[in-house]
Amino acid sequence: MASFLDRERSVAGPGFNRWLIPPAALAVHLCIGQAYATSVYKTALVKNFDSNNTKIGIVFSIAIVMLGLSAAVCGTWVDRVGPRKAMFAAACFWGAGFLVGAVGIATEQLWLLYLGYGVIGGIGLGIGYISPVSTLIKWFPDRPGLATGLAIMGFGGGALIASPGSQQLMSWYDSNYNPAVASSVASGSAVAKLFVTLGIVYFLVMMYGVFNIRVPAADWRPAGFDPSTLKSKALVTTDSVSAANAIRTPQFYFLWLVLFCNVTAGIGILEQASPMIQDFFRENGTSTVTVAAAGGFVGVLSLANMGGRFIWSTTSDAVGRKPMYMIYLGVGILAYLGLATIGHNATWLFVLLAMLIISFYGGGFSTVPAYLRDLFGTFQVGAIHGRLLTAWSAAGVAGPLIINGFLDAKGTPGKLTVDAYRPALYTMIAILAVGFVCNLLIRPVASRFHEPSSDDAPTGPAPTEREKV
Amino acid sequence: MTTQVRLFLGWALVGVPLIYGLWQTIAKAKNLF
Repeated sequence: MASFLDRERSVAGPGFNRWLIPPAALAVHLCIGQAYATSVYKTALVKNFDSNNTKIGIVFSIAIVMLGLSAAVCGTWVDRVGPRKAMFAAACFWGAGFLVGAVGIATEQLWLLYLGYGVIGGIGLGIGYISPVSTLIKWFPDRPGLATGLAIMGFGGGALIASPGSQQLMSWYDSNYNPAVASSVASGSAVAKLFVTLGIVYFLVMMYGVFNIRVPAADWRPAGFDPSTLKSKALVTTDSVSAANAIRTPQFYFLWLVLFCNVTAGIGILEQASPMIQDFFRENGTSTVTVAAAGGFVGVLSLANMGGRFIWSTTSDAVGRKPMYMIYLGVGILAYLGLATIGHNATWLFVLLAMLIISFYGGGFSTVPAYLRDLFGTFQVGAIHGRLLTAWSAAGVAGPLIINGFLDAKGTPGKLTVDAYRPALYTMIAILAVGFVCNLLIRPVASRFHEPSSDDAPTGPAPTEREKV
Repeated sequence: MTTQVRLFLGWALVGVPLIYGLWQTIAKAKNLF
């Protein structure tokens, strides 16, 4: 089994169809995307542990922090051992996280839930998130944005599947639970059984990715692809920069800030989506937006998040990565300004602006691996990507702190109006402006950081045509 | 197993759950309008 997982055993033979790789990558990302569907059983966990939202919310926070840390720490290992072994490790951690978490729920020991879903599952999240990315970039050197967009779209899609799927499963495990009734809460036993089911199902689906992932041979090129055309594009390098050297370049830190600012601004809306739309349209203390409509708004944002991950990342292949981030951050500023000033005039306008912001939030995640490839080459892009994801962890803490800090100072939930949101929205504009400037400052990496030579980077025309498609 | 069959099975494995999730989310999103 160990040898099957080795990188050498996963090199694709001649004639391998590269379109078999995205489903293998998606199998992993669709599973770990469950992390964004934790709200469906949050109330049930609060009741089971006789706890509160803050203590249960820590489970998700630990998982996201562990995602960033494990991606940063394990990135070099993932690049060295290859995607198959990394995906297998991710499947084991992610599956085991659910099983340990289930024991914690069943025995009402919250620390076990923290350890299981938060720490162990969080490690699975980090390794799983980065494991297919560099492989996809190597299989699609002509369209890296499309390839990474497809996989990272899966992370957004995973929540869309897990949310209704989990509700359905809990209604089977607890006959008194009715997901159609807002006040209905599933029993702790039903959530424990849900965790066991998810742990087993996700492990098996991720194993599909393990068995089907392949790395391209060193001399492989897509049909009709000439690597020399890459060099003609601004910022795109055909040289290689190691992960150790990448973190010594200003480009890495500028890009870290770009991602941090983009994610922080997006979380500002995602965190508060449901109450925010109700607060924006309040007349005489009563919102004109119903609870069901607010839930629908959350669904619309999920679609925008997922769609943005694919559409904007694919668009970046044509317009370039730096201009794409100028759009995310620059148009994002205008969209936030629109929300703060005229967003309360019409529901359709509010929804349109929020969708645009969230689509840029998703696009920021899926375009960044291709941006890293452009700047640092494919040599250790997985490891560099892993280190950059610490920006996500930091933004996951900063974003909610900013929005909740301002709103807490302005009044109590359920009584807020658009005026209460304006300071937070203007702060997000300032954050986006910082990101915009950082993106402007990104220049090609100095040659002193390049590796002396690299077999991984495409440096010459295709010697052979191997692809069937 | 031919490449075409593997392609179909692979994309079906990820595509069918994704369509289910999209369908459920669109149904929920309809409440907004």
